[in-house]
Amino acid sequence: MSPSGVALTLIFAIIAVATGVGLLAGRHRKMDLEQWTVGGRGFGVVLTYLLMAGEVYTTFSFLGASGWAYSRGGPALYIMAYLTLAYVVSFFTLPAIWELGRKYGLQTASDFFGQCYGSKYLAAFVCVVGMAFLVPYVQLQLTGLGIIMEVASSEGIHRAPAIVIGVALVVSFVLASGVRAVAWVSVLKDSLMLLAAVAIGIGVPYVHFGGIGKMFAALAHARPAHLTMPGATRNLGHAWYLSTVLLTSLGFYMWPHSFASAFTAKSADTLRRNAVVMPLYTLTLAFVLFAGFTAVLVAPGLANGDMSLLTVVRSTFPAWFLGVIGGAGALTAMVPAAIFTLTAATLFAKNLYRPLFAPAMTDDQVGRVARLMVVVLSLIALYFAIYSSTTLVSLLLLGYAGVTQFFPGVVLGLFWRRAAMRAVFAGMVAGVTIVASLALTKRDPIFGLNAGFVALCLNFTIAIAGSLVSAPHPPSIRAETRYN
Amino acid sequence: MFKRPSLGAMLLALIPFIAMCFSVSFWDRVQPMLFGIPFNLFWLILWIVLTPLFTLAAYRVESARTKKEGETR
Repeated sequence: MSPSGVALTLIFAIIAVATGVGLLAGRHRKMDLEQWTVGGRGFGVVLTYLLMAGEVYTTFSFLGASGWAYSRGGPALYIMAYLTLAYVVSFFTLPAIWELGRKYGLQTASDFFGQCYGSKYLAAFVCVVGMAFLVPYVQLQLTGLGIIMEVASSEGIHRAPAIVIGVALVVSFVLASGVRAVAWVSVLKDSLMLLAAVAIGIGVPYVHFGGIGKMFAALAHARPAHLTMPGATRNLGHAWYLSTVLLTSLGFYMWPHSFASAFTAKSADTLRRNAVVMPLYTLTLAFVLFAGFTAVLVAPGLANGDMSLLTVVRSTFPAWFLGVIGGAGALTAMVPAAIFTLTAATLFAKNLYRPLFAPAMTDDQVGRVARLMVVVLSLIALYFAIYSSTTLVSLLLLGYAGVTQFFPGVVLGLFWRRAAMRAVFAGMVAGVTIVASLALTKRDPIFGLNAGFVALCLNFTIAIAGSLVSAPHPPSIRAETRYN
Repeated sequence: MFKRPSLGAMLLALIPFIAMCFSVSFWDRVQPMLFGIPFNLFWLILWIVLTPLFTLAAYRVESARTKKEGETR
């Protein structure tokens, strides 16, 4: 068999095993809406940990992080800082979100806003924004799948057909099994990913330079500016780093799927303990960055930095190893893509379609609409994945700029009695508008700062100032009545 | 509406933020390389390992507070 044949066979074998595990996990359980979306709210430390980790290590951390280390250099370090700090933030926010979720049976981020502020329009707005900014995140995963197939087949399979195959796999996986399956496949995915990252991060520099230290010494000698900020860019300096780390660490759990994963935990204490341990998981990323930095000298001149990790793996290791890495990479794209489409589809059916168009729908019917939406959303992301050429990290940063606009509403709603619905709503609309307009006119970063961060500051200001000038409302509005 | 986290826990949590985010211009350099790794990368790896210690301390502070309130109730 040709080298690319070996690699591709292994990749598909790994995908097949993972899909089998997923289907097995979904058997013997009645799939009502709560079971399908939050796994019956009965996940302990281990499953919650796996599910949360399952969402963290995506194609972004695998191909995207190494891609930025290769093409941008120093600015890629922001990834290590923001992931670690995101858990510190979650230590304070998630337990409170969970409490509210248990008390009122909440399943989605949109439910949360509806409950907190008693407005179905705010809930619908959160739903639309959450879905809109999940699309680039799904797109990122699909693009990653395409890159993996492209490199593994030695450019024999083109990206578009590879992405189409990936979408078909993701959709059938989600429809068959729901969130529990996703959590279990995460186990397989994360162990493979961990092995792959360490093997690549140590192996590639060793083969080409005789060790990590020698690789960095050579790189510091050949391209001294590449390892610090702004690296190979002109505008990603320290101000950008600071604003981006703040934006993304605050926004990490604002993703609709992360929000939903908080509801799957067994207790608030589970979430606190998770927040303590999870940063250690970020260490994996150091190895991924090592590989990206090695590629700067080993495989210079790649048009697409996101292909750098797999390109050096292909030129360093035997074909079967590329197959294993490719399989691990494929799972790091498929599992998150499954989680994201699952979340976005549930949001649509439960928080937009039912309250606004068909209030009489049963949970079963909501489930059916959600399943249909999984297909629709995957096709939208597929379209963008085929017709756009943004780097993986830029896609993620766009999503973050959008979803972090929920943060003021969440924190103020949880911890500040005076937070007023209209002020929070206005702040959020302003934030999202700024993000969308700056992104569409390609003016991010602006004044050396992350555009999403600038929007977040304005959002916070409006929400706080607006709440201060509006009349204080009786606290009972928020805590006692059950919304919807 | 929830009980706000204690000031102590929040101050503990602020330390990793200062180390990994606000102080970037102090540690963003290549030299000295430690264990063959550029200083900025080494600094971040170090703080990935140190951060759980600070959140663990915050966890202790918070659970001590919850316990105390349970007793007085």
